[in-house]
Amino acid sequence: MTVPIPLTSEKNNTRTARHVLSVILRDPLSMIGTLIIILVLFMAIFADQVAPYPEEGKGKTNAPNTLMAPSADHWFGTDKLGRDILSRIIMGSRSALIVPIGVVLFAVLLGAPLGALAGYKGGWLDEVIMRITDLFLAFPSLLLAMAIASALGRGLDKAAIALVISWWPWYTRIARGVAVGLRERYFVEAAQAIGVRDAVIIFRHILPNTLSPILVQATVDMGTVILAMGGLAFLGLGTQPPAPDWGLMVSDGRTYILEQWWIATFPGMAIFIVVLAFNLLGDTLRDIFDPRQYK
Amino acid sequence: MQKLEFLLRRLGTSIFVLIGVSVITFFIARVVPANPAALYIGPKARAEDIERVTKQLGLDKPLPVQYAVYMQELLRGDLGNSISTKRPITEELMGRIPVTLELLFSGMFIAVLLGVPFGVLSARWQGKPFDWMVRIISIVGVSMPAFFLGLIFQIVFFRNLDLLPLAGRVDSDLRFSDPLTELTGFILLDSFLTSNWVTLKDAFLHLILPALTLAAYPIGLIARMTRAAMLEVLEQDYIRTARAYGIRQYFVIYFYALKNAISPTLTVIGLTFAFALTGTFFVEILFNWPGLGLFTVRSLLNLDYPAIMGMTLFGATGYVLINLMVDLLQAWVDPRISLR
Repeated sequence: MTVPIPLTSEKNNTRTARHVLSVILRDPLSMIGTLIIILVLFMAIFADQVAPYPEEGKGKTNAPNTLMAPSADHWFGTDKLGRDILSRIIMGSRSALIVPIGVVLFAVLLGAPLGALAGYKGGWLDEVIMRITDLFLAFPSLLLAMAIASALGRGLDKAAIALVISWWPWYTRIARGVAVGLRERYFVEAAQAIGVRDAVIIFRHILPNTLSPILVQATVDMGTVILAMGGLAFLGLGTQPPAPDWGLMVSDGRTYILEQWWIATFPGMAIFIVVLAFNLLGDTLRDIFDPRQYK
Repeated sequence: MQKLEFLLRRLGTSIFVLIGVSVITFFIARVVPANPAALYIGPKARAEDIERVTKQLGLDKPLPVQYAVYMQELLRGDLGNSISTKRPITEELMGRIPVTLELLFSGMFIAVLLGVPFGVLSARWQGKPFDWMVRIISIVGVSMPAFFLGLIFQIVFFRNLDLLPLAGRVDSDLRFSDPLTELTGFILLDSFLTSNWVTLKDAFLHLILPALTLAAYPIGLIARMTRAAMLEVLEQDYIRTARAYGIRQYFVIYFYALKNAISPTLTVIGLTFAFALTGTFFVEILFNWPGLGLFTVRSLLNLDYPAIMGMTLFGATGYVLINLMVDLLQAWVDPRISLR
């Protein structure tokens, strides 16, 4: 989701973490989302203990068990190389969660300071930064990521870099929006008056205030980034075999869907459920911070 | 007069953005890769080929000179030749435009047809079961990977129910029994114009699953944004006034409120085109739909670098133009816009 949320920094600050938590607890949908995310996080951390066949999950082949239907031994069946699909999904949850979190984190680290700088300084610097931002936003983000990923070569790390490059402008926009509103506030003017350096004002006084809208947007974006990651892997631009990856597993199972439907279906479900969880949570967060919905 | 000024200003911005897009694509094509010449030749690059291509692309010259040459070729409509098909990329892309547009427009048509009423009605019945249903539909829609939804459709509607065709644009047998005269490249339109009803029906059946797969994400996005826009408008004073005057509920909603909620909805529809555009890549590969997406994905698999870069520039240009059209449309439906 890349629709920028409206910005009301002043109101945001009054909505404390406790308020956010209470709203999440009250909304059944966001509760479900949060629980799923926590569950998948645990699954990723303890993947070696949870997976029934951890070695197969990491890529070891098992020729006698090729293309077995779901059974008590293999809940989600096995793939063309005889590997247990459940184990591969559990092992794949690591990169499926950690990489998108990293992508969003780096995009924020790159985008937010630039936006704060643009909004605080104004003038030509603002103009230049925001025009560059516009240029990156002129590309459909997945198309840009695809082009960059293919220029860098294949691999999970390269796909992640490509996604960071196509995602940072959204956070620049949000941070700038907040910074413009703060520029004239007393605490900023007071800091200027006693001669605090601009860099310090930006990092100590402006950036912390951009944090809550950016956190909301980051949560909302997690789902989209996981989808994009899966898409790049599906196109062969992300994780390379034999490492387990949900998008890659769907792509591998595509040729078997009419007979061995389980190969593509379960990893696809995994992507769907995790993205759904982040969107359920993000949806509620956005409602809290969106003044149009909040009465 | 203000309208004309707005139009010119907006056109100017678009040209600036297009130039910027070409610079970024140029950087990705020439500066980002460690050895661009090798990428331009493809996987079987030999030393003498690399030398030749370095000369040919001017990779040994300074970047501004390279960009000037690149721009010159671009303005002549020359994107270079595809490595795998050896044909000019412009030609490859042009021939596939109608194929992809047919899919893209059908998908967006379904999305608008369902998304806007969903959003309007769920705003009208805020908090009621229908509102919840729409909320769940939209969240599921934006959470479903297109490449997975398409697979499920294929399993259910082809494998289990045997209702709809698996893939392709039209049954290949029809090419001999009822050959289609190509006029525009849009199968539905061509078969309609030439009264080829058999092909029309078959092409329509082939289009249903891909279009629905493509529509899922936009439906969710459009429904939720229309809902938000409607809720905002419904709180305005003039709506309360209209209600106080005793104007009927449906008239207030569909005439007074919807008119003012259209503008933000249009913005989202423009934005969703970007998602739908990249969505066609996955839909086309799943349903073997011979358009731009399938071409791009094949290029990715074959490491056909010039083709990938051509498609990047092409896709971004298309997206900029769509956004321009949306903005102009907005200024036309909403007179307040041009005053800003």
